[in-house]
Amino acid sequence: MTGGALLTGTAGWLFVGFAVLALLSAIAVVVAKNPVHSALYLLVSFLLVACIFILQQAEFVGAVQILVYAGGIMVLFLFVVMLVNPRTVRTLPAFQHQWDLALVLFPIFLIPFAYILWTDKLPDIPSNPDAFRMARGHLVGNTEAVAWSLFRDYLLPFEVASVFLLVAMIGAVVLGKRSLEKMD
Amino acid sequence: MTVTINHYLIVSLLLFAIGFFGVLVRRNFLTILMSIELMLNAVNLNLIAFSRRLSDLTGQVFSIFVITIAAGEAAIGLALTISLFRQRKTLNVEEADTMRG
Repeated sequence: MTGGALLTGTAGWLFVGFAVLALLSAIAVVVAKNPVHSALYLLVSFLLVACIFILQQAEFVGAVQILVYAGGIMVLFLFVVMLVNPRTVRTLPAFQHQWDLALVLFPIFLIPFAYILWTDKLPDIPSNPDAFRMARGHLVGNTEAVAWSLFRDYLLPFEVASVFLLVAMIGAVVLGKRSLEKMD
Repeated sequence: MTVTINHYLIVSLLLFAIGFFGVLVRRNFLTILMSIELMLNAVNLNLIAFSRRLSDLTGQVFSIFVITIAAGEAAIGLALTISLFRQRKTLNVEEADTMRG
């Protein structure tokens, strides 16, 4: 197994701590009975993954993760949870009836991933931490480097993403409005 | 503690697996949506790790696109949740089994 060290020393232990906590809160998201608890554990998981991003010199992506996920998506989730009144849902059993079968069959799904993980070899490229801070040959911040890449090399996908967000917004409004009309 | 790309891949795989398991077994539509968000987050972790490993900024840019898609997907999914709840008075996906709107 080739591969240079991405993190060493204290940063490595920080990664281990963040990763273990993120995985534990992810498990709590899946097993918690109350959707409000699930949403709050999901928030913890997002924040810890943002910390892992920042450890990997992806400061801008970490900030976007906190702003969009922890700020926007989380508020949407909690708003909907309160709108639909979780008391009507909480009394049901949380899992579907085939959950034990899923737990038995699930490791089979993991086998191909484990196989790839143990056999695949990456090219041994020397680590270059400055690659995330370079723009036009100058050493600038990570945010500026991402911005140069986003607005110059990936301008068309960026515009497509904005159209996608517009479509999603219109779709959400139409869906919500139609269900309101049916209600009356 | 020396962390290589394999540690990142293992964490990302486990996070994706937990999310996938949640999608498979949960009854509550809201929790299924949250599990999908967990899976997208695991993909982002992979993109960032490979971006660092290959010293290429492209992975970071693409993880921003993935976050955008996740935001749109959450908005549509939650609108569907409200629609389902208004019609059926339930969030149980096992009860939403007819095709007629």
